[in-house]
Amino acid sequence: MSTPPRPRPVGLITATVALLRKDLLIEWRTRARLNAIIFFALATLLMFSFALGPDTKLLEKNAGGYYWLAILFASVLSLGESFRVESENACLDGVRLAPADARAIFLSKAVGNTLLLTALGALIFPVMVALYGVHIATSAADLGLILLLGCLALSAPGTVYAAISSNARARDVLLPLLLFPLVIPALLSATKATTLVLQGDPMNQLGSWLGLLSGFNLIYWGVGFVLFPRIIED
Amino acid sequence: MKRLMKWVLPVAAVVLLGAGWYVGLAVAPPDREMGDVQRIMYVHVPLQWMAMMAMFINFVAAVAYLLSSGGNVGTVSAKPRSSSPLVSLLALVVNLMAWVAHILKSGWGLLMPGSKEDEARAKQDESGWKLDSVAEASAEIGLVLGTAGMITGSIWGRPTWGVYWSWDPRLTSEAIMLVTYMGYLVLRRFVEDPDKRATWSSAVAILGAINLPIVWFSVRWWRSLHQVQSSPRTVDPAMVLPLRISAFGMLALLLVFLGYRYRQAMAERRAEMALPDALPGDVPSSLPQNSSKVA
Repeated sequence: MSTPPRPRPVGLITATVALLRKDLLIEWRTRARLNAIIFFALATLLMFSFALGPDTKLLEKNAGGYYWLAILFASVLSLGESFRVESENACLDGVRLAPADARAIFLSKAVGNTLLLTALGALIFPVMVALYGVHIATSAADLGLILLLGCLALSAPGTVYAAISSNARARDVLLPLLLFPLVIPALLSATKATTLVLQGDPMNQLGSWLGLLSGFNLIYWGVGFVLFPRIIED
Repeated sequence: MKRLMKWVLPVAAVVLLGAGWYVGLAVAPPDREMGDVQRIMYVHVPLQWMAMMAMFINFVAAVAYLLSSGGNVGTVSAKPRSSSPLVSLLALVVNLMAWVAHILKSGWGLLMPGSKEDEARAKQDESGWKLDSVAEASAEIGLVLGTAGMITGSIWGRPTWGVYWSWDPRLTSEAIMLVTYMGYLVLRRFVEDPDKRATWSSAVAILGAINLPIVWFSVRWWRSLHQVQSSPRTVDPAMVLPLRISAFGMLALLLVFLGYRYRQAMAERRAEMALPDALPGDVPSSLPQNSSKVA
């Protein structure tokens, strides 16, 4: 006689994948968030060229910085929206009550935001090439790596802060206020690395900036993973 | 304890700061290159040291709050998931910190000013509020001292470097530190639920504090690719004495501020906890009317 299989507790990976699928499905059905952040980032890129006047040399020189600022501003929208979705019909309570690891919520939200921001970065890059007249001096693979690491670095602390600010008053003010000073090292190294890719890297500095970015990611993915259950508990 | 807070520390602060600044202004020699401008060091450097100390207290209180409010000390190791050496090492570290937090938590009561009545009431409160109040007090005072330190630094920088501000790693990191703690205090204002406020602001304090070394490192790296504006500070023995006296004076001032701000914060927590869940205005006043309609 075979005993009926005991229900096993849902593992961290399984729960994360399930939540991520849910988030991506919501995103796919409306596509509101991706559309919004793409147009927002494009508008930001355009605004930088107006703010500086028609000096193409200057635009080309600073392109890396504008690119990352556009992604950073868009990330605030994306992160805020990823938790606003959950506040409708108290969805977050439902997710929290599920018999699964609360850290899966952190992983799924952070990975979801990373995917969205990386897609955004890949989509606006050609526009930046056209607007600012830049070209890739080293290799596209380097750029892809920087983009991925930079978006990971924005998403991990961003998810923690979005979870906090989505429940507080004045959430639209709070998220950038908390997030911007925190991601300065990530922004700095991503911008520097992008500039090196766009303008050539004669002194081989790219590796060290990527190292800094990876270190930042390791620390904040780790700390966010540990702290997140405490933040969303009720 | 009350006397310490009300008389000993404030008097010590005034006397030490007065003496230190007098020696610094009148007795110590002027700097060979900077002249009398250098004398602002006796104000600026203690301010910065004490700002750092306040931020450090804030970090410790935040970590202690998160560790102690989650349940009993040692809950972290109570649910072993895997037995890898890394995890057990981490659990050991966390437990050590929880232990320190526990000692800190019970030890702070001894330092706390207040009457017997206060103490009796405080014992009824959850001890977590004490840590939360220490965190709030230290962040606010650290921000004030750090801002004052930055202003005095700019006043010194103008005649010495020729500019009020330079993007040197130390200045940049400090500016980012001040912005981080401003965000921390803004968050505290925007969250009404005291429990959530304490937990969330502890998380923000920890994330922000971890960031500061990374900022320092990355900014230095960023600058070193251009040029480093170094300011070697070799301090003459004649200048050490006034610096040391004023540093201790500033420490006394910091403790006075912390003590009083901490009492305020605890009073606020008590007032918040004493509030009923629903204020009279929140109760739907249409209830009797409805019921009469139904009847």
